[in-house]
Amino acid sequence: MDPTIAPLPGTAHEFCLYVAGATPNSTRALRNIKEICEQYLAGRYVLRIIDMQQEPQLAQQEQIIAAPTLVRRQPLPPRRLVGDLSNRATVLAVLELDPPPLPATLLP
Amino acid sequence: MPEISPFVPAALPKTPTGIDGLDEITAGGLPQGRPTLVCGSAGCGKTLLAVEFLVRGAQQFDEPGVLLTFEETAAELAANVASLGFDLPHLQAAGRLRLDYVHLDRAEVREAGAYDLDGLFIRLGHAIDAIGARRVVLDTLEALFAGFTDEAILRAELRRLFRWLKDRGVTTVITAERGEGSLTRQGLEEYVSDCVILLDNRVIDQITTRRLRIVKYRGSAHGTNEYPYLIGEEGISVLPVTSLRLEHPASDEIISSGVPGLDALFARRGWYRGSSTLVTGTAGTAKTTLAAAFALEACRRGERCLFFAFEESPAQLLRNLRAVGLDLAPYVTQGLLRLDASRPTLNGLERHLVTLQRAIRQFRPQAVVIDPISNLIAVGSLSEVRSMLTRMIDFLKVQGISALFTALLHARAGQVEQTEEGISSLIDTWLVVRDLEDRGERRRGLSILKARGLAHSTQTRELRLTERGIELLDTVLAASGSLTI
Repeated sequence: MDPTIAPLPGTAHEFCLYVAGATPNSTRALRNIKEICEQYLAGRYVLRIIDMQQEPQLAQQEQIIAAPTLVRRQPLPPRRLVGDLSNRATVLAVLELDPPPLPATLLP
Repeated sequence: MPEISPFVPAALPKTPTGIDGLDEITAGGLPQGRPTLVCGSAGCGKTLLAVEFLVRGAQQFDEPGVLLTFEETAAELAANVASLGFDLPHLQAAGRLRLDYVHLDRAEVREAGAYDLDGLFIRLGHAIDAIGARRVVLDTLEALFAGFTDEAILRAELRRLFRWLKDRGVTTVITAERGEGSLTRQGLEEYVSDCVILLDNRVIDQITTRRLRIVKYRGSAHGTNEYPYLIGEEGISVLPVTSLRLEHPASDEIISSGVPGLDALFARRGWYRGSSTLVTGTAGTAKTTLAAAFALEACRRGERCLFFAFEESPAQLLRNLRAVGLDLAPYVTQGLLRLDASRPTLNGLERHLVTLQRAIRQFRPQAVVIDPISNLIAVGSLSEVRSMLTRMIDFLKVQGISALFTALLHARAGQVEQTEEGISSLIDTWLVVRDLEDRGERRRGLSILKARGLAHSTQTRELRLTERGIELLDTVLAASGSLTI
């Protein structure tokens, strides 16, 4: 799994996704968060993926219990989401992202 | 035809807790490599029992342990148990114990889709591997229900957690809060089928008593009663009857009562070492003096004697006994005699018993005097006193300690029968001192009510207190013949 996407200048959003190996839940969560980031924050975000099986001490430090867990570090305040992030409305609300733009085909 | 070999049940392997008394009622400890549920209401010592299980494991049985705490931080927990002599930071530094505080706050976390509790598994597994833990405590797992909303996921994960703990072969204690109409609030007993221990805290006559009961223990015999337990300075003490099978050794050696005239009433000039003697009588019948003579004689033989005085201060006791020719002070100075004075009503019965046992373990006497035991009836009901005395006498007998108890009887009828019913079966030798009114003079008469395994006189002798101690004179016969108790 690609752990890091290189930070870009002017980054406003920083996310960590804690997973426990390549489970179906973590694969779905990764796909969902990438989609959301590309749609709303293209070029303005960093996403780190942390496999707790490789770094169990990070799970303790960061008080992670559920997998997958998404932590937003920036902007403050920090936010936490657990689950495969399939409930997009909740994810967008917690991350305070604007409602999705209408698809281009529906624009006048 | 093949011979059928007799069925030999395999003994269930057990992990000793090291907790005073608990291993006796569980016949060896908790089921090894399996989870045990400890439930009880708030403030009954669940966490303490769990922590003691880990500390004793690390200190006494070379089994490191992991404590996953959901309610208190590691620092808070360490501070709370420090007063009981548990030095958690030291054990952590030595790699014998690992604490992990799991912080849960529903307000900080939102759920968006399917998840599992792999983070918890990974943390626990990491902690176990880091120190080679054999014991795990989860205190209290039910906090998970406050941290997450999806109960279906939680229940599936709990089932998986217990399976996983069993596969890891660690002996686990899970604590849980007592629920309404069920053992635990979240029904954890559904997942733990091997051993369930219930702690209970109740107030009777303004005295708090704590009780422990083994609700179930699959594949093992266990005590089924409610056992009193205490949280003392050295952790938890459960109070079982120590020798359920009456297997204590019986000495054939005879020791003197300390009163030559009294010895003369026995064919073998005294009673057995390690036996229990009771002296009963109304007020002012020289019970304490008889007890002191017994203590003094033990010290003269060079034995240590522990004298529990529940009515007088040591100074007053020494002064009063000196007046009847019994000078105990030199032996107190020498360290052979220890006077332990306190008022029993200050403590509940169980605490009292533990205090007595602790003093006896420390001083390691060959003779013990409890003056009087009837004072204890002020603290508890007769059945409670009886069960406590059974424990006390058992404790003394197992260690071969010669004991003498005094008990105050009121002049009104019924008291003797009560005492008889209460403790006679526990007592080997029973002396009765009574008032004899004879032509305007009050005299004291002493007789032997029973003496197991000893031929003895059945006559009543007059007991006199002189400056040289206690003297027994030849048989008195009250002119009125009113030899009533």
